[in-house]
Amino acid sequence: MLLAMRVRVLFFGVLRDGMGVAERELEVVDESTAGDVVEICRAGAQGGVWGSLAVAVNQEYAGRERVLAEGDEVALLPPVSGG
Amino acid sequence: MGDAVCKLVASNERMSNGLSAAERSAVERVAIVRERIDAAGLMDAMKAGADGAVCVFDGIVRDNTRGRRTLYLDYTAYEGMALDLMRGLAAEAVAKFGVREVAVLHRLGRLVVGETSVLIVVASAHRGVAFEACRWVIDTLKKTVPIYKKEQFEDGAVWADGEPFPREIVGGATSDRGLVR
Repeated sequence: MLLAMRVRVLFFGVLRDGMGVAERELEVVDESTAGDVVEICRAGAQGGVWGSLAVAVNQEYAGRERVLAEGDEVALLPPVSGG
Repeated sequence: MGDAVCKLVASNERMSNGLSAAERSAVERVAIVRERIDAAGLMDAMKAGADGAVCVFDGIVRDNTRGRRTLYLDYTAYEGMALDLMRGLAAEAVAKFGVREVAVLHRLGRLVVGETSVLIVVASAHRGVAFEACRWVIDTLKKTVPIYKKEQFEDGAVWADGEPFPREIVGGATSDRGLVR
């Protein structure tokens, strides 16, 4: 049987407006990756920003293949527009 | 001096013991603020006897985007990560270009036309590296630091598109600069 874990997902910029929330808690199966979280959030969502997102895990940029752990903070980041 | 500069100057002494020059610069002179940034005040506070040049990038709110009149900008950030990356940029600029000190400030919240949103100040013995470091810090900040602006126009609001992420961030490859771990 697959074990479940909880991660916290944060949305920024245009994605926050698109999702309607700043963050959500997600229950995912053990060994889930950052990429899995992106696909779960993307399912049913509108908008074209998904292809250009970066992902940060616990406040550091991470590849989609990054395997998550219980309690991780996963941020979905559209291209940045500071300055 | 503005509030933001006062706070930075006040925190200098207690945080800087036992750090390298690059680390000290990164800790002391890097901040995310909500109050007005006093560009002239920070520039004056940065000058030291060993410096021959101070190079400043003062990023201000423009009154239009592609001809559409801007009323104000709302800035938000992934604040903890943004501050970490800004500190990294300051420290890396000191190490990479050999300048003496680098300040990086970014303001969040609602900013009106003419106000400073981002301020980079580089102090150095010589001008060449000061220009280079200043340019590198603002260019890299605008591609990598998770800060977002929403532009309010007379007839609606939009999130600024932003610059595409560098390949080492979105490609998932390991970066020699250590951005992706």
